[in-house]
Amino acid sequence: MAQSTQQVDLAKLEPVLAEYAAKPGSLITILQHTQDIYGYLPREALKSISGATGIAPAQIMGVATFYAQFRLQPVGRYLIMLCQGTACHVNGAESISAIVTEELGIKDGETTADGLFSLKHVACLGCCSLAPAMMINGEVYGNLTGNSVRQVLRELAAAAKEEDKA
Amino acid sequence: MNADIRIKVGLGSCGMAAGARKTKDALDAALAAAGLDIRAERTGCIGLCFAEPLVEVIDGGESYFYGRVDEAKAAQIVKEHIVGGKPQQELLLAEDELNFLTRQTRIALRNCGVIDPESIEQYIARGGYQALKKAVCELTPEEIIAEIKTSGLRGRGGAGFPTWFKWNACRNAAGEEKYIICNADEGDPGAFMDRSVLESDPHAVLEGMAIAARAIGCHQGIIYVRAEYPLSIERLEIAMAAAREQGFLGQNIFGSGWDFDIYIKAGAGAFVCGEETALLASLEGKRGMPRLKPPFPAQKGFRQQPSNINNVETLANVAWIIRHGGAAFAAYGTEGSKGTKVFALAGKIRRGGLVEVPMGLTLREVIFDIGGGVKGEGAFKAVQMGGPSGGCIPASLLDTPIDYESIAATGAIMGSGGMIIMDDATCMVDMARFFLDFTQKESCGKCVACRIGTKRMLEILTRITKGEGKPGDIELLQQLGEDIKAGSLCGLGASAPNPALSTLRYFPEEYAAHIEGHTCPAKSCRDLLTYHIRPDKCRGCSLCARKCPVGAIDGELREVFVIDEAKCIKCGNCAAVCRFGAVEVK
Ligand SMILES: Cc1cc2nc3c(=O)[nH]c(=O)nc-3n(C[C@H](O)[C@H](O)[C@H](O)COP(=O)(O)O)c2cc1C
Ligand code: SF4
Ligand code: SF4
Ligand code: FES
Repeated sequence: MAQSTQQVDLAKLEPVLAEYAAKPGSLITILQHTQDIYGYLPREALKSISGATGIAPAQIMGVATFYAQFRLQPVGRYLIMLCQGTACHVNGAESISAIVTEELGIKDGETTADGLFSLKHVACLGCCSLAPAMMINGEVYGNLTGNSVRQVLRELAAAAKEEDKA
Repeated sequence: MNADIRIKVGLGSCGMAAGARKTKDALDAALAAAGLDIRAERTGCIGLCFAEPLVEVIDGGESYFYGRVDEAKAAQIVKEHIVGGKPQQELLLAEDELNFLTRQTRIALRNCGVIDPESIEQYIARGGYQALKKAVCELTPEEIIAEIKTSGLRGRGGAGFPTWFKWNACRNAAGEEKYIICNADEGDPGAFMDRSVLESDPHAVLEGMAIAARAIGCHQGIIYVRAEYPLSIERLEIAMAAAREQGFLGQNIFGSGWDFDIYIKAGAGAFVCGEETALLASLEGKRGMPRLKPPFPAQKGFRQQPSNINNVETLANVAWIIRHGGAAFAAYGTEGSKGTKVFALAGKIRRGGLVEVPMGLTLREVIFDIGGGVKGEGAFKAVQMGGPSGGCIPASLLDTPIDYESIAATGAIMGSGGMIIMDDATCMVDMARFFLDFTQKESCGKCVACRIGTKRMLEILTRITKGEGKPGDIELLQQLGEDIKAGSLCGLGASAPNPALSTLRYFPEEYAAHIEGHTCPAKSCRDLLTYHIRPDKCRGCSLCARKCPVGAIDGELREVFVIDEAKCIKCGNCAAVCRFGAVEVK
């Protein structure tokens, strides 16, 4: 979901605000829905959340930056959530991260220039017995090796090309 | 073919990551092709994560466990076993692998991997919701609490606080509305028992919450689930809808006039939100920052009302206790730690997964007899318990019984029950650095000691792993550790130094090797390694030179190759690709 070039369509946010804006304590839920819609938290959207809920923009930013789940920048089409939890660390997650960096030229928190991949280090996906593990767009890949990671990334890149052709 | 034959596939998120969905599709396709009406059934995670995808065939009252079933094996099982009636011996789990299951006593996990988590009928068929009925129709709230007291159940979320006491305090607190909150934030990176229970037996958690609500006298429950667990949320939603339909949640439960319902709040990725008061702030849509206690949540919790917060596993035990009696639960375990506990075995372990055993077994029994010991060539070095709040327990203490007090005496904590096994290739200084990196990032920032202290500890540990340690570093780490413990408001800061302090206590020689000798005995700290090609072994094939990302290796074909240490970035590629073992790492 690369959105960087697209205009932010605030109409999409309206049903969310209609449901939650008046319910106290719903800010995190609203932000989660917002991120589901846009892939990140666009500035314009945060402004209209502030308008609808009456919560100060500073407070919204405070919450948005406190939680690891929220992003203020668009992410690539494939979000690689690479586990750096204890079990994965012990089983070599650091070298897996180095291989992703070598393969894609991005580090933790960065997105490739073509907008295809973003890399994010996370702490534990709950699949520790398959360590090292990563999750890409909801799909978990376990027992990673240098070769299996390269293969997954290449397959995804090829799949994206096919999709774009179609 | 046996008429009552059943086939179950474990479809938890770990099973699915191992390819269980494809396995199920392959089984179904083969069954259809054979002209059979039966299909493979979905079940949750039975805990044998090392053997996923796992298929259980129940044939003539006997269970056959097939491990690591790919599509080809699935077709074989259908053809030869289901149709042909011949169990496939070579695909079945071996005796010692099955030990993993047979040595367990499953109370919290009683239905995990047994029932379809999306079927309330199967939950009810195993006695589900009978305990709630008993609690609502036969017992007074005081009697419920007394039963839990008899059981000796202590909180499984980390602190091990007696559950009955918390319920009783909340029951007796003054307030108009009270809340029961399920803590499903499972923050310890390396523990996954709560995820497994939520995915595999969601009704056990709902029933436990309802019984707690009845005891406390409340009408509203909330489950705070980690955002990283989408499947847990999905299965809880399905379970809640079914429970409402059957009248176990909602209005006038069992005609008693008592109303109770539950909703889910998804967390947003902050370890500190597992701490109760931070969790409460997060539930209200705020930054999850802990506050001073008292007032305790039982006095002033969610929306300033009395609230009781319990962990997933704690709640999953409740219905069993009410049904079978507190004494039955207390019959397991030790004097101070009653009942059973679920442990998540991960790291360098041969058989990783979830095991539930009575408290009081020794670490050795769980790690070696059940988990099969260390995987690969290495030797056992330590087990980490309690995650970022815990510590590393060395091999010399493997006979420590697992109960709250004995584990705490080693400098680790029971925590949520995560056990990370480490072998001699794991560097203890690096482990301390790893955890401090974690707590430093997750500190909410409220307390100076925690926010800045963890950062300083991390800097020192990072320096040591780079070979830049200085005399006095160890004393400084110890001093900082004590100061952070004293100056932190919540458990995150108060326990953050533990991973460093416990490794300093048991592995001082490893710290010394890094600081004084500039070497890493585990050969894990990159900056302290040197790569060198042995002239007597190198055949001059040039493979390493081609795989070196920075062109640090030079040489002529069929002659000895040489590594330029100044250029080498220590990626390890050369050692990994050399077929003659010529690359030496020191
Ligand atoms: C930093 C921190 C993180 C915690 N994370 C969790 C967690 O992920 N899950 C959990 O159940 N308890 C966690 N706890 C413990 C809870 O604060 C609380 O003690 C527990 O949920 C109470 O339930 P119990 O009595 O059933 O164990 C955490 C505590 C601290 C200080
Ligand atoms: S100890 Fe750390 S995490 Fe806990 S309240 Fe203080 S700063 Fe926040
Ligand atoms: S360790 Fe990596 S960088 Fe160093 S010589 Fe070997 S391949 Fe090259
Ligand atoms: S530590 Fe990586 S999945 Fe748990």
